[in-house]
This record gives sequence, structure tokens and C-alpha cells, in this order.
Amino acid sequence: MTGFLVRRLGGAVLVLFALTAILYGIFYVAPGDVAQIACGPRCSPAQVAQVTEQLRLNDPLYVQYGHFLQGIVAGRDFSTGTGVEHCSAPCLGVSYQSDQQVTQLILAKLPVTGSLVIGAFAGWLLLGVGTGVLSAWRRGRLTERVLTWLTLAGAATPVFVIGLLLIIVFCSTLQWLPAPSYVPFAEDPEQWAWGLLLPWVSLALIESAKYARLTRSAMLETLAEDHVRTFRAYGVGERAIIGRHALRGAVAPVIALSALDFGTMFGGAVLTESLFGIPGIGRELVHAVKVVDLPVVVGMVLVTGFFVVLANALADVLYALADRRVVLS
Amino acid sequence: MSEALLVKEAGAAPVVAPASGARLFWRRLRAQRAASAAALVVLLLVLVALAAPLLTALAGQDPNAYHPDLVDSAAGGVPIGPFGGISADHWLGVEPQTGRDLFARIVYGARVSLGVALVATVLQITLGLIIGLAAALGSRWVDQLLSRITDINVALPIMVIALALLAIVPETFPRPVLIALVIGGINWAGTSKIVRAQALTLKSLDFVSAARLSGRGKWSIARRELLPSLAAPVITYAALAFPSNIIVEAALSFLGVGIKPPTPSWGQMLTEADTWYQAAPTYLLLPAGLLFVTVLALTVLGEGVRTALDPRAASRLRVGTKSAKHTEGGAA
Repeated sequence: MTGFLVRRLGGAVLVLFALTAILYGIFYVAPGDVAQIACGPRCSPAQVAQVTEQLRLNDPLYVQYGHFLQGIVAGRDFSTGTGVEHCSAPCLGVSYQSDQQVTQLILAKLPVTGSLVIGAFAGWLLLGVGTGVLSAWRRGRLTERVLTWLTLAGAATPVFVIGLLLIIVFCSTLQWLPAPSYVPFAEDPEQWAWGLLLPWVSLALIESAKYARLTRSAMLETLAEDHVRTFRAYGVGERAIIGRHALRGAVAPVIALSALDFGTMFGGAVLTESLFGIPGIGRELVHAVKVVDLPVVVGMVLVTGFFVVLANALADVLYALADRRVVLS
Repeated sequence: MSEALLVKEAGAAPVVAPASGARLFWRRLRAQRAASAAALVVLLLVLVALAAPLLTALAGQDPNAYHPDLVDSAAGGVPIGPFGGISADHWLGVEPQTGRDLFARIVYGARVSLGVALVATVLQITLGLIIGLAAALGSRWVDQLLSRITDINVALPIMVIALALLAIVPETFPRPVLIALVIGGINWAGTSKIVRAQALTLKSLDFVSAARLSGRGKWSIARRELLPSLAAPVITYAALAFPSNIIVEAALSFLGVGIKPPTPSWGQMLTEADTWYQAAPTYLLLPAGLLFVTVLALTVLGEGVRTALDPRAASRLRVGTKSAKHTEGGAA
């Protein structure tokens, strides 16, 4: 187990390292005039030259990449034109637009995205597994067929369509809910929950479809196994078989998928955040893309990649812990 | 192949040969009611997309022509008339503010939405096939390298990386082509993983060994022996990747970094309709509904394709057993 963990994490570090090289290559080398982008379209050649000097763009490529890596591992200093600013350890650079440090920017956005993901996660897990259990229990009946179609419809709906419709129905037409917003949990837990309710529901509705299918198929597989037939022969009731035995078969795959989705969501809730105006990582990324703020874009993609790689490793470990038949190698 | 051999050995001419792969596939697909209905819907949508210039000519409309006289500028640009300005000229009403014909924009939007997703899917499958096959057939070193690259590709969240890439490409690059390239170019890891695993299994089977012993080259084996066996999983994957690519394009356009106006795409129409849902609900519901119907139909069709290509699931359909019986009878 320890050996596996070490190797898995070693692999993860390698993947992340390669990711930095690729991202650096694509974003700082390919678009050509980084200084012009950093300075803005209305900059005079003299200003561009000054920015080139500040960002040390005249250094050879490997030196620039070295600085970038050095910033992530050990921190680095940035000249701000008037003085020198230190950017400590996991330094992902400084925003072209706001001169804010990217690491600080991401740290400030993490609790926002975290709030969104955690609530939605609880929702889709409950809804998805519940639907899956119900359709495995009622297999072959009308309930199962209705649930199967609902699940398909859920998987076929983009999150922004569901979200738009929910806003229209509940906020505008019925006026049952306030417009979605983000209030920090520490400030007002009740406002926090009400403001995030619709985003949670939209994400949960869409994501739960996957979980419903996974739970259902894993349970049906277990139900077809010999030991379940033995239980039936002993007179164990259907409820006990579904709840105690069949559900157990679904635990490992559901946990593994949860870990993956949880990781992806931290960077992938772009749409939900943009639609509902929640100022998290995703919305910041869209903004950074629109104004071509390269350090912010690269930093956020890296952090997202970090979460995905971490989640992948976590999924493997959790899978093995939940299902003893799996041998980690 | 083995079935064909059986027929030959029997030496009897009147034996009914088993249905070919493609024909069996169609029969199994048609046996599923939901998938057949979905296929019809998809066919209709594809026809609409292909015939977009014809249909708009028939309606006498242009997707980019402004009709300021059809919107009430005093009321902020709300379309004049019932249901968003539906009339004999404008079958689905007009766009708020600009008065552009919605039917024409929807129809041309279908072209963009389906076309971009199609090109992206073809690209993603082709890349995945090449990379997966190269990993399975190449040396250990090549396999290691390609597998690590696949790992990195998996670690890239599609939406995020697509957003980032769209930021740095100059505006002059044709947008729909760019989006198809971006979606397809960064999304091949799923295909290459399936192809590699499948090809590694196939490689150890007798018929591939036989081909290798007969002195055929790697690529000839890949093309003639492996590809036919890889078709089923890859086609299934492609059929389900296509609708999800439609969603990705719509999402990018919805975020304002995808298809740029004046080119219409359903996702991009949704962004603009966002603020008009009270004054002109049809403007919002049309692209939203069409996206939903298209993706649902394609997903159901994809599931149908999966069932038709999966021997275990297809046996439950009780299709194609008749011809198999004939063969057995002939051989006996």
C-alpha cells in the first residue's frame, strides 16, 4: 500500500511537471508578443519595451521557464516598476490586469468554489444513488422505466439550460427565491445556503444522472450473483437484499467516481459559476480568458490540473479500500 | 469469419449466409423502438442543417438581415406581435432588438452546432485511434511515453483548457473551425485508452499472431486485423461523444468565447436570450429546447448503437438469430 502510494504520487508529480512545461510552452511562447498582451493594446512601443524589461522577456526561454518553476517551488521576486515585490512559495506569477499575485487570487476564490461544489456534491450523491437504488429495486416496472428516461434527460441537458429555467421559474415568475448570490458562510450561514440553493440544485440534477446509472448497473450486477440467490433461498427479504447486499456492490465505484468528479468540479464548475454569477475560480477564469491575463489563466489551469491528478490518485486508493478484491499495483 | 468458414465446409450451395456485420447492426438498431425514433429525429436535424440555405430561401429570410421595423424600439426592442413576432413571414418570430429572423438563425445555428461537434468528434476519434494503436503496437518506450501523455491529457479539464486556448488564438482565425479543433484536439484520451487496452488484448490472440508470423508489417496488421475488431467499441464511443461535444460547443459559446456573432449557434443564442426571457420567452426556449432535443436524441441513438454492437445486450433483442440457425442447419 505504501509502495503504491509513493509510486502513484511520484507519477502525479511527474504529470504536473509536464503540465507546467506544456502550459508554459503554449501560453508564453506561442502567442508571440506577451509584452504587448501584458501591457494592453493601447501601449506605446516605449511602454512595451519597459514591460519586456520588467517581465524579463529578453532572457532565453529556458531561463524564463526556470524562473517560472522556481516561483512555484521556492518563490521569486517581481519588479513592479517602482520597486520589488516578493511572491512566496507556490508562486504562480502576477496578474497582468490587477497586479495581484495569482496564488492569492486563487486562494481567495477557493472557498467560493468549494461552497458550490460541496453542496452540489451532497445533492447529486443523494439524488443519484437514491435514484439508482430505486430503479434497481423496481427493476422491470414502470418506476424503473420512468427513472431511466428521467436520467437520460438529465444527462442530455446542459447545466446552463437547467439553471436558466430554474432562475426563470423560481426567481422571476414565482419569486420564491432571491436571485442567486454568494455570501461567505462565516458572514451569514443562512444567506449562504439560500444564495447557493439554485446552483446546487442545477448541478446536482445534471450530475446525479451519472451516479444513478452507475449505482443501478452495479446493483443489478450484484443481484445476479450466486450468493444473492443463496440469500433469497434462505428467505432473506427483498428489502434486506437491496439495502444490505446489492448496495454494497455499488459502494466502491460510486466512491471512485465521486473522488474524480470532486476534483474536476473544482475547476470545472465554470458554467454554473458564470450563469449564477458566483465569483469562484471558474468565473475568474472566464474573465481572465476574455482579457488575456496569461498568468491567471495558466495558474488556474495548473491548479485545476493539480486537483484532477490528486483526485485520480485518491480515487484509486479509495477504490481499493472500499473493495478488498482490488489489489493495488 | 468463422461463420463464413462453416458455410464453406458444409459445401452446400443453398445455405443462407449469415447477415453481414453492417446489416446485422442495422437490424439490431431498428429492433429498438426508442433508438429508431431518435434516429429519425437526428436524421431530420441533419437534413435541416444541410438544407439551411434552401429552407431560409423558402422562408424568404436571411439569418443576418436586420428588421428594425419589427421590434418596438420604444419598449426596449421587444418584438411586435404575438409569441415573439410570429407571422407568415417570420415562422418562429424575430430576435428582440435587431429583428433578425429566428427561423433562419435557428436553422443556420443547427449547421454550426452539429458541424462543429461532428468535426470535433471525428478529430478526437482519429487522434485517439492513432495514439492508442501506436501505444499498443510500438516499443515499450513508445507505449510508456504515449501513456504518460494520455495521463496528462486526462488531467486537463476540457472546458478549462478550451477556454484558455481560445484566449490566445487571434480573432481572425475562423471561429467554428478553431472550436472544433480545440474540442477534438484535447479530448482524445478516452478513445486512446480504450483502443490501447483493446489492441493489447487482441495482439495476443491467435489470428493476430498468425498474421505476424506470415511476415506482415505492423501497420498492415493494425489496419487489416485490429481495426475491424476495434470498430465496435470505437463507434460506440464516438456515438456518445458526439452529443457531449454539442454541449461543449454550446457551453463555450454560452460563455462568450465560442462562436462569435453574427454567426449563429444555439449556445450563443442562449447567451443573448438570457436577458429577454420575460419579454420574449420564445427567443430563449427555442435554442434551449432544440439543444435538449438534439442531445437527447443523439444520446438515445448512441445507447442504441451501443446495444446493437454489444453481443450480450443484442442477444436480448432476438434479432439475427434466424440466420444463425440457418447456418447451423446447413453445417449439420
